[in-house]
Amino acid sequence: MEKDDLMLEQLANREYEFGFVTAIDMDISEVGLNEDTVRFISAKKNEPQWLLDWRMKGFKAFQKQEMPHWQNFKMPEIDFQSISYYAAPKQQAKYASLDEVDPELLRTFEKLGIPMSEQKQLAGVAVDVVFDSVSVTTTYKKHLNELGIIFCSISDAVKDHPELIQKYLGSVVPHTDNVFASLNTAVFSDGSFVYIPKGVRCPMELSTYFRINAENTGQFERTLIIADEDSYVSYLEGCTAPMRDENQLHAAVVELIAMKGAEIKYSTVQNWYPGDKEGKGGIFNFVTKRGACRGERAKISWTQVETGSAITWKYPSILLQGDYSSGEFYSVAVTNNMQIADTGTKIHHIGAHTKSRIISKGISAGQGQNSYRGLVQMGAKAAYARNFTQCDSLLIGDRCGAHTFPYIESKNNTATIEHEATTSKIGEDQVFYLNQRGIDAEQAIALIVNGYAKDVLNQLPMEFAVEAQKLLSLTLEGSVG
Amino acid sequence: MLSIKNLHANIEGKEILKGINLEVKAGEVHAIMGPNGSGKSSLASVLAGRENYEVTEGEVWLDGKNLLDMKPEVRAREGVFLAFQYPVEIPGVSNINFLRTALSEIRTHRELPQLSAKEFLKMTKEKQALVEFEAKLANRSLNQGFSGGEKKRNEVFQLAMLEPKLSILDETDSGLDIDALRIVSNGINKLRSPDNAFILITHYQRLLEYIVPDFVHVLYNGQIVRSGTKELALELEEKGYDWLKEEFHGSESINKI
Repeated sequence: MEKDDLMLEQLANREYEFGFVTAIDMDISEVGLNEDTVRFISAKKNEPQWLLDWRMKGFKAFQKQEMPHWQNFKMPEIDFQSISYYAAPKQQAKYASLDEVDPELLRTFEKLGIPMSEQKQLAGVAVDVVFDSVSVTTTYKKHLNELGIIFCSISDAVKDHPELIQKYLGSVVPHTDNVFASLNTAVFSDGSFVYIPKGVRCPMELSTYFRINAENTGQFERTLIIADEDSYVSYLEGCTAPMRDENQLHAAVVELIAMKGAEIKYSTVQNWYPGDKEGKGGIFNFVTKRGACRGERAKISWTQVETGSAITWKYPSILLQGDYSSGEFYSVAVTNNMQIADTGTKIHHIGAHTKSRIISKGISAGQGQNSYRGLVQMGAKAAYARNFTQCDSLLIGDRCGAHTFPYIESKNNTATIEHEATTSKIGEDQVFYLNQRGIDAEQAIALIVNGYAKDVLNQLPMEFAVEAQKLLSLTLEGSVG
Repeated sequence: MLSIKNLHANIEGKEILKGINLEVKAGEVHAIMGPNGSGKSSLASVLAGRENYEVTEGEVWLDGKNLLDMKPEVRAREGVFLAFQYPVEIPGVSNINFLRTALSEIRTHRELPQLSAKEFLKMTKEKQALVEFEAKLANRSLNQGFSGGEKKRNEVFQLAMLEPKLSILDETDSGLDIDALRIVSNGINKLRSPDNAFILITHYQRLLEYIVPDFVHVLYNGQIVRSGTKELALELEEKGYDWLKEEFHGSESINKI
């Protein structure tokens, strides 16, 4: 027994793999937040006046707003004046090819396993990398250009496609949406922009990789994806951050727009630094993600694997505006040690015959607290709309918690709403059964958890599903006992 | 192969095995019979290394290695297989994926090369045929939604796949109808070899009509109170366990005098 405990202790103490810091010259704004900060960021990026005006509106909204209070944890004090809102690698002109990028930066990406090299490009992933605040490079651009697909940093999109940005930026998540979205509007630094033209099926997974590197900075990226009529795109974001004792803020906004007959699949594998075993440090992940199915038969699907961050606060939502449009939300959220996750979705059925499906799998270990919070809303015109929600919680050990807060509102009596929920514990019997077949406890837990999360992991693009499985096992290592 | 010497074990502070002695040689089949609560399943659990049992005295050796020093998964890799009386369900984990993981761990431990996907599938098909286990069951989630009989057959299928030295079958016959019992027994008979051994834990003599044991032991009150050949099983079938209980308690009271 003692030996077991020791082994578990060692595994539990295993360090966060991506906790390194890259030594690169950074261009960092002074800490603090006021109108000048907003002007500074806008000026740094040579932005047009309309964008600065919009940022200012966001900043004013931010000043008026209060921190949310309804979540199932005590909101930490965040001193917005002690954060630097802009950090960029200094040598940051345009990179015509990878050879021109700071080799130190490339080594970082290599450590992160980002598919930037020629070899990995052959795997068919186009990657936009956002390092702290600036989008470093977008691979595969030429091939996508030929199809009329735009995949670039949002800063480039402001310059090259201002008409699209002006029309759609903030059209799904308004600058007044919530305190973090307003903050993001004011100070967003970079992010990715995707436009898929009518009838085009994007032939590869598009992917963005986010990394917070500099100290005392927040990351406020903004992603905007527009799928024009009858187009299709699958998009994946991944994220990591160095280990730091203080908390860092990540307040991103993602907006998706699917026109008539279009489909957007958005997958997230979130592995921000979760803090240490005692809950010191880690990322505050306060993210607003929303998609709008604007036309008939449009489809949006969110898949998220949330294993990192000290606190995760995110509710990727879908507005089902077009008749017969559909939305899906697949989520696996893991909390170990002192991690907190309050996550779920909001689905607004506005059009007739809209349908949605929610599969949420929470996994709690250590002293982790995991809440599912979801709203399914059937509007007055949502005739024959349908929702199915399945919401499962898995507990490992007896010091963690699982909570479920499902909300249902229906203004249409032809709508159908189904909700199923289960809570289970990994049984000693299950672990022993696998032990007896030669499988050790760690691997047994990994098998059981991956089996439990299978419905969600199956939604991820193949290569990322494998990655996510590994991540789940890693996050839960040392949680048995 | 297996040598159990004066084995005592507790569960939740209550002594449940009270000095078991048993020698099992390669190629042998031993049946352990006895009334409910005599300690049969406890013996199986202790040999497999279930955590809630505490061994207070005695030794267990498997081919010269101290079994009690090993964690459950190491015992399994060394060749101890327990066919569970009540196999658990593990949702979402496919039977085949689970077996592949188990086999890979065991082969690594035994320093055997890993099987290719093709070899593994070939082996799966052969063993399935051996124990008449349906293909669709092999692809389903581990024991999930299986009937009682299907779960038991799955245990024997796993036994066939993992090729253990020592197999302990804990009431594998319970809950099987006569056809399933014949299929399971045939499978086990085909798996018998001069290199492996079986311990059959059973309530009824019925199983022993299909799998003929070399030795039969009667476990009562945590001890083996009688050992014999297959004729002992017939005797038990005829007379029940009551005469044994009387004899045992009788001799105990005589000893006290």
